[in-house]
Order: sequence, then C-alpha cells, then structure tokens
Amino acid sequence: MSKIYYSPSHEYIRVEGTSGFVGITDYAQKQLGNVVYVDLPEVDDDVAAGEDFGAIESVKAASDLISPVTGKVEEVNEALVDEPGLINKDPMENWIIKVTIDDPAELDDLLDEAAYAGLCH
Amino acid sequence: MLHRYLPHTPEDIAAMLDKCGMKSLDELYSDVPEELLLKRDYDLPDEMSEKEVRDFFRSLADNNRRLTCFAGAGYYDHYTPAVVKSVLQRSEFLTAYTPYQPEISQGTLQYIFEYQSMMASLTGLDVSNASMYDGATATAEAMLMTVAASRKRNRVLISDTVLPQVKAVIATYARYHGVRLDLIPECYGATSRQHLDEMLAEGDVAGVIVASPNRFGILEDFSGVADAVHGAKALLVMNSPASALGAIKSPGEWGADIAAGDAQSLGMPLNFGGPYLGYLCAVKSLMRKMPGRIVGATVDDSGKRVFVLTLQAREQHIRREKATSNICSNQGLMALFVSVYLSLLGAKGLKEVNRLGYAGAHYLAERLAATGKMELTYPGTSYLNEFVMTTVDKVDDIMAASVAAGILPGVKLGDHEIMIAVTEMQSRADLDRYVEVISSLSGDVKDN
Amino acid sequence: MNREYYGKLIFEHSRKGRGGYRLPSNGCTPSIDELPAMLLRGDAPELPEVDEPTVVRHYNNMSTNNFGVDTGFYPLGSCTMKYNPKINEEIAADPVIASLHPYQPVATVQGVLELYYTLQQMLSEIGGMSEFTLNPYAGAHGELTGLMIIRAYHAGRGDDKRVKVIVPDSAHGTNPASAAVAGLKVVEVKSREDGTVDVDDLRPLLDDTVAAVMMTNPNTLGIFERNIPEIATLVHDAGALLYYDGANLNPLVGVSRPGDMGFDVMHINLHKTFSTPHGGGGPGAGPVGVRKGLEHLLPNPRVVKRTDGTLDIEYSGDALGQVTGTLGNFAVAMRALSYILSLGAGGLKMVGRLATLNANYVKEALRDAYLLPVDGVCKHEFVFDGLADKSTGVTTLNVAKRLLDHGYHAPTIYFPLLFHESLMIEPTETESKETLDDFIRVMHDIAREAAESPELVKSAPHNTPVRHPDDTAAALHPVVTYKELSDNAQE
Repeated sequence: MSKIYYSPSHEYIRVEGTSGFVGITDYAQKQLGNVVYVDLPEVDDDVAAGEDFGAIESVKAASDLISPVTGKVEEVNEALVDEPGLINKDPMENWIIKVTIDDPAELDDLLDEAAYAGLCH
Repeated sequence: MLHRYLPHTPEDIAAMLDKCGMKSLDELYSDVPEELLLKRDYDLPDEMSEKEVRDFFRSLADNNRRLTCFAGAGYYDHYTPAVVKSVLQRSEFLTAYTPYQPEISQGTLQYIFEYQSMMASLTGLDVSNASMYDGATATAEAMLMTVAASRKRNRVLISDTVLPQVKAVIATYARYHGVRLDLIPECYGATSRQHLDEMLAEGDVAGVIVASPNRFGILEDFSGVADAVHGAKALLVMNSPASALGAIKSPGEWGADIAAGDAQSLGMPLNFGGPYLGYLCAVKSLMRKMPGRIVGATVDDSGKRVFVLTLQAREQHIRREKATSNICSNQGLMALFVSVYLSLLGAKGLKEVNRLGYAGAHYLAERLAATGKMELTYPGTSYLNEFVMTTVDKVDDIMAASVAAGILPGVKLGDHEIMIAVTEMQSRADLDRYVEVISSLSGDVKDN
Repeated sequence: MNREYYGKLIFEHSRKGRGGYRLPSNGCTPSIDELPAMLLRGDAPELPEVDEPTVVRHYNNMSTNNFGVDTGFYPLGSCTMKYNPKINEEIAADPVIASLHPYQPVATVQGVLELYYTLQQMLSEIGGMSEFTLNPYAGAHGELTGLMIIRAYHAGRGDDKRVKVIVPDSAHGTNPASAAVAGLKVVEVKSREDGTVDVDDLRPLLDDTVAAVMMTNPNTLGIFERNIPEIATLVHDAGALLYYDGANLNPLVGVSRPGDMGFDVMHINLHKTFSTPHGGGGPGAGPVGVRKGLEHLLPNPRVVKRTDGTLDIEYSGDALGQVTGTLGNFAVAMRALSYILSLGAGGLKMVGRLATLNANYVKEALRDAYLLPVDGVCKHEFVFDGLADKSTGVTTLNVAKRLLDHGYHAPTIYFPLLFHESLMIEPTETESKETLDDFIRVMHDIAREAAESPELVKSAPHNTPVRHPDDTAAALHPVVTYKELSDNAQE
C-alpha cells in the first residue's frame, strides 16, 4: 500500500517500498495553468531534500521543482516531454520522477493530506 | 508657451489642478519632506532652440578626426545601406515599446522573428534569442548559460585568444556571479590544445569559450575541440563577429552549442561605441536556458499566422531572482537593422563583403611587408580580413604619422605590434596610401 | 497599406537570383578560396534574395502593424512613454560621429569625449551624485553595474559577509534578477498597503550580512516614500548602501534628487526620463551614478578630464571591472544630451511637475469607475485594481484589450503584484489635456460597456490587425525560426 506525503512547496511523494514517485499537487497545477514544459533531470542524478531537481513552466509562470527527499533519480516520466499537459489532466497519475529514498526519516518532515489541505486554504 | 515639448497652457494647468483639488503645482509634492525638495533650478544651461542645439553638437562633432579606418578588434567599418537608415527611422518602429501587446505590435514581433531566423542560420545553430546588448555581454550571458545548464558545475574555460574586451566583461560577470573562470593559454596565436585537454581533464567544467576569428584575426583550426569539450560534458561557446560568418566555418559546423558575439560588423555605424547588437544562438536543447526575449509563431483566432513573445516564463519579470538573466530588453531597433541589412545583402552579398575584406587585407599585408618596415607576426596562419604586424617603428610613431595623413592605421597591441583590418570600405587607393605612409617612415619619427 | 504584404516574411518574398546590394571593388587579387576549405562555411546561410524596392515595401508595410508614441497615447505604467523629439534623431545620426572607431587615439576624438563628459556631469547634477558612467546599456544593466559597485565597495573594506540585498516586494522584477546575477541573495521586505516600505519591517532585516537595499522612489504604485531619510539613516548605520532604481525618476525631474535623499548609487533609464526612443525594446541606456567616495569603483573604461582640460579614456585597477565592450550606447546618450539641452534648466523644472499633474488628473477623473486601492496624491503613475464594479466579470486584461480597439495603447497590466487586477497608468508630461480627456472618455465608455454588454469587452480586441494569438500553442511547440516554420509546413 502506498502512502502520500506533501511538501509546503506543493510537491507530493507517493512512497512505494524504498522508492517514491514525485510530482506536483492538483492545487499546484491549477495555480500554474496550462503546463507547457517540464525540465526533467537525468536518471542517476542525485537529488537533495529541499533543493530543486527541475522546473515546470506554464505560459505565464514557472517554478522550480523541489525534491521532498534526498536520493537518486531512478526514472523520469518521459511522457511529459511530448505532452506536458498530462500534469493538468491528472497530476497524481502523472508523476515527474521516481527516486530512491535514502533516509525514510525525512518523510516525517513532510505533511500528510490533511495538513497539506489546510495549507491550501 | 511653456516649451515646445510641453502642451500645457496656464488655463489647462489651472483646470487640471482644480480637478485634483489643488491650488498649485507644488501642492502635488506636499507628501515629499520639505528638506528633500530642490529649491533651485538645476545648474544647467538655459533652454536652447533647435538651431542652438544643432550648433552645439556641430562645434563638438567637428573637434573629431574622421579617418580612413583600418581599426578592427571587434568593431569594423562597413557600409550602411541607405535603406537600413530609412527603415529604422519609421517612427512606428522607432517609438514603440516592447511588443507586450501582440495585437498592435506585429511589426516588431515579425522583424524579431526574421532576425532570429537569419542569425540562427548564419551561426549554423537552431535557435536565436531576440538579441542582447553587445557581443561582450552576450558572450558573458553565454558563459552564465553554460553554468545554468550544467546545474552543478561552476567552472568555465576561456581561451586567451578571445577579444580582450570580451574577456574583461566575462571576467567581471564571472567574478561577481561566483563562477570560476580559467584562462586557456595561447600558443602561436591560437588556443593551446594541450592546455585545453589538460584543463578539461581537471573536471568540473561547464563551458569552454573560444573565438573565430580570434583576437589576432586568426582563424583557428577547432577540429576535435567540440568532441573534447562534449566528452567532458561541457558546452562549447564560440564568439565571432557576425559578418565573418557569411564566409567562415560557422559555430554550428564546428560543433559549438552556443554562438555569441557582436553583430556590429553587419553594417552598423561605429558610432564611437554603440549602439551595436549582441547575438546569442544555441542548439534547440538549450532554448529554454537562453536569456532574454524569444519570439515564436502561432495563430490567432481566425487561424492567421501571427507572432508573439514566447517562453516568457523564463524571464526576469516572472522569475525574478530565479530568472536565467536580468536582461529585460533586447536591442530592438538594432535587430531590425540586422534584418534589413541581411535582406538586402543575402548570402551572396555577405560572402562578397568577406571576399573584399580578404582580398584587401592580404594585398595590404603583402605590400606592407614589402616596405621592410613591418612583417606578419604570425606568418603561416590563416586570417580573413584582419592581421597583426610586427613593426620596426614604434606603433605610436606609426599612429601619429598615419593620423596626420588621415588614416587610422589599426589598433595598437604592443609597442611594436599593430592589428590591421580591411573591409569593403577601403578602396585600392586607400590601401596604397597606407603603404605610402609606412614607406615614408624614417624609422625615427617622434611623437608630435 | 498593401494587404498583400501583410504577414508575409521577407523569406517568402525571396526569389533566386535577386539581390539588394552593390558593393565597390577594390581590385585586389587575393582570393578567399585560398583559405583551407576546412576553415570555410560548407553551406551558405539561408538568407532571403530580394531586390531593394521589395525590401523597402516589406518593412514599411510591416511598420504599419505597430503602435508607437508617434501613433498615439501610450499610457504604459513604469515605462515613461514620452514624446521622442525629432532633433535628437538628427543629432544621433551625425556622419562624423558615426564614423568614429571606439579605439581611435583620444587626440582624434576630443569632441565626442567632451560630449560624453558633458552628459556625465549633467546627470550628476540631476541625480545629486558625485559622478556618472554612461557605459551600462540599459536599466537592468545599470542595476547590475550598481550592485557590482556595491559589492566592490564592501570587498574593498575587507567586509565579505555582506551577501544579501533587500528589495521591497513591490519592486520591479528586474531588481531581484539583477541581484541574483550579481551573486547576491535577495531578501524581500513586505510593503504596506500603499506599496511603501515599512520601516519597522525593514529594521530587523538590517544586519551585517546586508550589502544593499534597493528601492525605487516613487515606488511602483506612484507613491513617494516619505520615510526615505529615516530609511537611509538605518541602512547606513547598518553599514549597507542604498541603491536607487531610476525607473521612476521622471516625476522628480526638477523637484528632488536621489543623492539628496541619501541614495549612494543609482541608475537612470535614458530611454524613459530623457526621451530616447524605445525602439521596440532597445537600444536603451542605463547610466550609473555614485556619491562621493565611490567614484573609483565605476566601471572601466572611464572618460576623465585631465588638468590641462583635455579628455582621456582611463582603465583603472580600482574599478569594479568592465561591464561593456565600449563606452556604452554612445548615440543613445547623445539623444539624451540633446533633450536636456533642448529643455534647459527651466524646461526640466516643469517635466516632473507636469508628469505628476497629468497622472493625478487622470486618476481623479477615473476613480469613480475604476477601483483605486491607494488614495492620495500620486506621482508620475498610479494603479487601479480593475473596474470598480466587480460584478461584470470584466477583467483588467479585457479593459486593456478594449483600449486597443479605441486606438490607445494598453496600460501596464497585472503589475505590481500587490493587487489581483493591477492596471498601471503613466501619462507622462508630453500629453495634452485634450488627449487625456479623450482617454478618460474612452475609459468611462469601457466601464459602461462592461456593465451594459460585458461580452463586447471580454471578447476584445475587435479592430486590431490580429486578434487573440494562441500563447499556449506558441509555448508548447515553440517555432522560433523560418526554417522551423517551413519544415513544419512540409510535414
């Protein structure tokens, strides 16, 4: 069973075993509007909690993608290269990167769904 | 009448103040602390009539020497077609702001699109931005681009053969931005390959900057350089004067990822330093790392092809401190200059400009060497329209004697080294006159 | 205009075998083909082949799809779109000056150096500064240069802790971007409702890691920062310097000087305050001035006057370095000098006052129909938060586009970020009461349309050469060259 954590910078991580799928939240995609580009890292890149691993752009806005955890990129969602708008269609289904989680304790610093929902209101 | 630029009559001012519930113009500044108000007029001259303004400039413009120009070093004396001047004075182009409202800015947007298309093709790369301030700052932005693209690396190598003013500006940007900039030594007028390879092997290199032609006018052989740079996961930046790219191997053909340089050589008046234009082109994969504006084609709601500023999310007004650059303009009108100039000349005309420069430069170098007063500093190297001579006489003496004869003989590189450029502007008679001046030097000419 | 020409690219007029040039011959025999083939271009660049008349018609027709200050009223907030005098263009096109190479011996360019030096001195008088450099190419470039001066100042005192720059959240987006390029970390200070800086919020931020505070005065809402003397004292007591973003200098021309307010470093946008044409985005110029004690840090090269009265170009080891290839956009600087001479001390005295009068007049005339979030006297510009009546659903973007239908350029919209529906209007001093009255009438008409037939406004513009370009498609699949355009057409 997977568990989902949220960051205050509007990324989520869906944890499955020792890995997690990182994407942006539904709230974030609505704020951005039509996503036109996702700047993806490469497989095997190191990512660090609280640091950017890429960027996401809409017509009128752009923001860094901040990694919720420290680890290594296992996979990137290549489908977003040709169709970045998938993020608007279903941001939870269309994750951006899959990472190996170095230290599961870092997850405790993130928000659960209720706490995150509180943040968005 | 207040002033010819100011339409307000005393009645207008009174009526408008009344609308604001005020009695005097000074009341508009009632919120400014008293001690900050300037209680006098500026210590500046009184209002001048147009004629007086014209006379003022005329008197000072005449206190300059207009010379037959053999100086280059990045800025060249080329011909400006009359059409270019005429188009640039169209006030719809001249007095427009940044094309933020595409519905009433298609003129600006379209010429920028044309400019981008021409510069991308000229540099042999995929994309161009809408232009930058000048060649030096454009190359500095290219340096920052390589660091941003590499994400983690923070070291850039620059060849010592890049123009000094370009190196100086890049050094400034690097120092303040916190980029480690290392100089690749020069060897017989070219970038030392051995040093380049060693420095790449040291690692952490985000970008390598070279020039073609370089600061001695030499066309370096960059065979294998792009592979070596890419092998070290770095990006290759090439700096060139735009006009030369009409004839010499383009940055794209050498395998460069980014081309940056000055487009002044595309017929822009020297104007004692500007305005010129810096171009910045790149391979498509770096498009979103490019600083500055980019114009793209799209359609409007009637399906008509139209042009808009695109990829604006990268820019400073949206990204603020996260932007790829702080630039928030382009050289607008000078991009129009390039579009019109290259439309008139086309590929054949630009090639012809280079043919003339080559022919004149090589003729002059040979004739100057024949005087016995100077010789090529780097014999055996290839050059286009600019070359360095080692002189018997002091360059200062050559300068003085030539200026007296109405000739700017080149740019001084050292006490006995001068760099000389030839373009289509110098006639055969000009070249021969230069040779005459040099022949007549006694060898002991003193400064006067 | 000739509609046949509309929208065609110059490449689409190209026919093989045509051309628009004729070069002189120098009769020299060496041939470029002597160069090793590997140093020469393989393929010719793809440039159009067109005759001269076609080029002229193409660009002249294109220009008619543009709107400039010479076309009509351009109330674009924070851009100071004033009239660009024609004499300045003639001055800037002087054939002798046009021929001068930037590396000519100084003895042969004393005239232009005198012009350069004269403008330096005049800007120092206007800014209340000790010295100016004209080198920076634009406002943003001036900011970058100014911040480098500030870093060099701290470094020169051996103080390397100062890595932060404080910027109000109402600032132009360029400020934080310039700070980042200069290697400084940006700290935002919240502004009050009127966009002015709250001294109490600023005070705790001013520690020994702060290099500078950047401000524009009046701020982006057109409100004068009346606490500026107190802010300057606080900043200086903390060992930091105060930077003046000259983007909003126009209302203070002839009225008040940044140097007298306590600013240490400033830039001036010649293309705003001193009427050099915007040229569709450039070239501009962003001269930078400094107070006494900082002159040695100004960038190389510098124009200096020797004791014998001759002028020289100097490269100093104390300077922050070089930020331009040359002495800057010289021909732009000459336009500004021509403008200052044309107005003279007496004319300049009226510039700020009339710019401020025009802005307040428009504000007072429209505040019944548009929401004025910050009351009180404004300076050169002011900001509405959209229409007063929020029930119609008509947005600031709609109002802006509808203005285009009426032959006016749109104001600056959605900036500053302090309000959701920002509509920023700056009329400048060169607009007559009649022009402003007509603009006011149109703005009232639009407000009325918004109430009576909102769809008409929401679907604007209706009369412009193009309507509703698809920005999303442009960003999603960028097509930025003619080659990409023709490749796509072939697919």
